[in-house]
Amino acid sequence: MTRSELIELVTQRTPGLTRVQTEIIVEAFFQSIVDALNRGEKIEVRGFGNFRLKQRSPRKARNPKTGEVVDVPAKKVLHFKMGKELRELINKR
Amino acid sequence: MTKADIINSLFENVGLPKKESEEIIETILDAMKKTFSEGESIKISGFGTFNVRKKRSRRGRNPKTGEDIEITPRTVVTFKPSNHLKANVE
Repeated sequence: MTRSELIELVTQRTPGLTRVQTEIIVEAFFQSIVDALNRGEKIEVRGFGNFRLKQRSPRKARNPKTGEVVDVPAKKVLHFKMGKELRELINKR
Repeated sequence: MTKADIINSLFENVGLPKKESEEIIETILDAMKKTFSEGESIKISGFGTFNVRKKRSRRGRNPKTGEDIEITPRTVVTFKPSNHLKANVE
């Protein structure tokens, strides 16, 4: 499913809103998550999942082609953990 | 940030009344959850991709007791941020 298919589905399920209005809202929804991540915040959406930045320590790695040791600096990686309700929904039966 | 803060931000940025914001966020989340439950992935350009993956059964260990256990087969949703989002936050 793509963004436009999601917008389509939400439009169908929301009588009273046009496609253009739904599009603006869906955009704003994802943008608010991006904004929070940019502020370094964790996002908790009950029943769906959490987004948070995990700290990775610096490490030494090897260039697999040359065998040369390279330093990998510390970094943050974005991690999504699905929520309980979603986990149960996709694992039922 | 929680769902209530997302509702507030829709109110502030788009001017959508809070009750309507709340309803439409639930609709968006429900539509996404339903898609996952059908085994379908969701790709939001500029944001990232949610993939639905089937995990096979594997051996695991209870980290507390050290006991060997079987981890049952399960379905998980993973998220891979888009390059754009990665460049911004990571």
